[in-house]
Amino acid sequence: MEFLGYFGGVFEPVAFMLLLGGTIGGLILGATPGLSPTMAVALLIPFTFQLEPTQGLILLGAAYTSTIAGGAVSAILLKIPGAPANIATALDGHEMARNGQGAKALHMSFMASGVGGVLGVLLLIFLTPVLAKWALAFGPSHLFWMAILGVTVIGSLDSKSFVKGLLSGCLGLWLSMIGYDDIQGAQRFIFHDALTGGINIIAALIGIFAIPQVIEMFAKGRVPSSISSLAVEKQSLMASLRETFMYKRALAIGTVCGAIIGLIPGVGGQIAGLLAYDQSRKFSPDRDKFGTGHPEGVIAAESANNAMVGPSLVPLLTLSIPGSPTAAVLLGGLLIHGIFPGTDLFDNHPQVAWTFINSMLIGQILMVAFGILIASWAARVAKVPTPIMAGAVLVLSLFGSYSIQQSMGDVYIMLVLGLGMFFLEKFGFSAAPLVLGLILGPIAEANFIQGSMIANAGDGVAAYFLTGTLNLLLIAMVLASMAYSFWATMIHEPRRAASQAAQTKSEAAE
Amino acid sequence: MTTSTRRLQHLVPASLVLALAATVTWLSFTREPAGAFLFPRIISVVMLGLAGWNFARAALGLARVGTGLSTGLLIRMAPGAAVTLVYVFFAAKWLGFYVASWLAFAAIYSLYDPASHSSAAAWARRLLVPAGFMLIIYLLFNTLLKVQTPRGIFF
Repeated sequence: MEFLGYFGGVFEPVAFMLLLGGTIGGLILGATPGLSPTMAVALLIPFTFQLEPTQGLILLGAAYTSTIAGGAVSAILLKIPGAPANIATALDGHEMARNGQGAKALHMSFMASGVGGVLGVLLLIFLTPVLAKWALAFGPSHLFWMAILGVTVIGSLDSKSFVKGLLSGCLGLWLSMIGYDDIQGAQRFIFHDALTGGINIIAALIGIFAIPQVIEMFAKGRVPSSISSLAVEKQSLMASLRETFMYKRALAIGTVCGAIIGLIPGVGGQIAGLLAYDQSRKFSPDRDKFGTGHPEGVIAAESANNAMVGPSLVPLLTLSIPGSPTAAVLLGGLLIHGIFPGTDLFDNHPQVAWTFINSMLIGQILMVAFGILIASWAARVAKVPTPIMAGAVLVLSLFGSYSIQQSMGDVYIMLVLGLGMFFLEKFGFSAAPLVLGLILGPIAEANFIQGSMIANAGDGVAAYFLTGTLNLLLIAMVLASMAYSFWATMIHEPRRAASQAAQTKSEAAE
Repeated sequence: MTTSTRRLQHLVPASLVLALAATVTWLSFTREPAGAFLFPRIISVVMLGLAGWNFARAALGLARVGTGLSTGLLIRMAPGAAVTLVYVFFAAKWLGFYVASWLAFAAIYSLYDPASHSSAAAWARRLLVPAGFMLIIYLLFNTLLKVQTPRGIFF
């Protein structure tokens, strides 16, 4: 119950204002299609440089939580999910809005997000210290395999191509090695002066997540906005609250699915929302109503994608392994303030760790209150013309990457990586494994070198890295994630596509 | 998109990635001190293997993931990309962050705004919206947060 002693920090004036600002800003950014939660958090990092570490983390955590919930607004009113995590919400939410129940759908989505979010953060509160203590038993070989697991799981599960997912991870690992070697001070892969200091993680994150979206906006050309928002009628809050809690099964399924998915590195909110929606439909007596504007669909999807947020930070705060691309960005935010996750965080910076976690708990309540208050207004922001959005994001990207070290070199790196990522994405490469490789590369290498030194003084490198229960378990998980991805993308998907093509052909012939 | 175009489109990035992986592997095994390149050697060999596999799939026409590029998409993105390149590589340092950003923002808005180019109101909006945005940014970054931005001949 150590966390109870740190609630005061959340209510300090500056911290609370940042929590409020992050929540409201996140709700608006989340409601804006094309601005992903990861990009929003990456663009916010430079704003935290002038803040205390705790204050900076509060801002980033609030934005992370509320952008996902805010995405429901555009999913319901515009049928455009603000983030991939809200895809399942649009299925029934938009139908409810079309049936004149837009306000009810919005109320239910925020209330369900709040319930899922609070339970997810409670899981984070009670699981993290236990795992952080357990993480003390981790030696260099285990941490090396954990880092490799982080890259392969995201490379395998977040990509539509097995080869390209893993290749993206390798590219990220290689990018992380550019610059001076930490141990011997040797120059590695420095092709240009701008690369002398290595690739700055924050600049890279901004480039990889923001620039491809800016170019996608350019690629739409000079087209008038065709987004039309549905009207929001008046709806009693108490009636929405009563009805939300009437669907206890959907709330429970969503929260459990989201919490479990959040704990698995690499499996994001999109899968949490869709899985919870599917399971809720299977267990519902009204399963035929799903897809026609049934509240259970909205509740299951939204409780799941917010329940995922807290647990997705467990591997980050205990083992430095980010569970999602947004968690990877948060790790960047921690490192920039000189804070290293793991036992160090809870032993030496308990104030930072617990105030941040507590702020996420309070943030859930603020998110529900302000989400309901500003939902219909946020939908209007979602209709901001694309060129304005593109210009604003481009300016913030330049500012964000420059302000890290007052270096134009970081800006060039940001732009080059962003342009490269845009073209790579067009050919099936994925940003998430590349970013994870970039972030986990130094962790993997440092532990590999440290482990090799220990191994050379003992039984040898192979025995050190490839034996022992925990090593074997982690290696098995690495191989299992790769085997699953190989099966899914190389065997199952081509078969499914072939049978679908054959069916279409036979239907056309008939 | 025809099958041969798709194959060619996938072959170009696959070749570039293979060339990059080969270069990284070559550098990892030829540079000294060897200890500093131990980890890069392992990663580069894995990367080269995967890049080779990816290239083979592209050459055999088995690479299907990704939407690829179209001439229309390249034409539509070209003006915005050109403004971005000029803004980042020249204007920001030469004119200073705030002026360059206003010009780049206004240029992007003007290029992609579907409103008529002969409308005075549309032109006023194209100049004033970026100016308003930059004013907020100036007040926030320069006055409140006191964050450094690139300086040029203006401010």
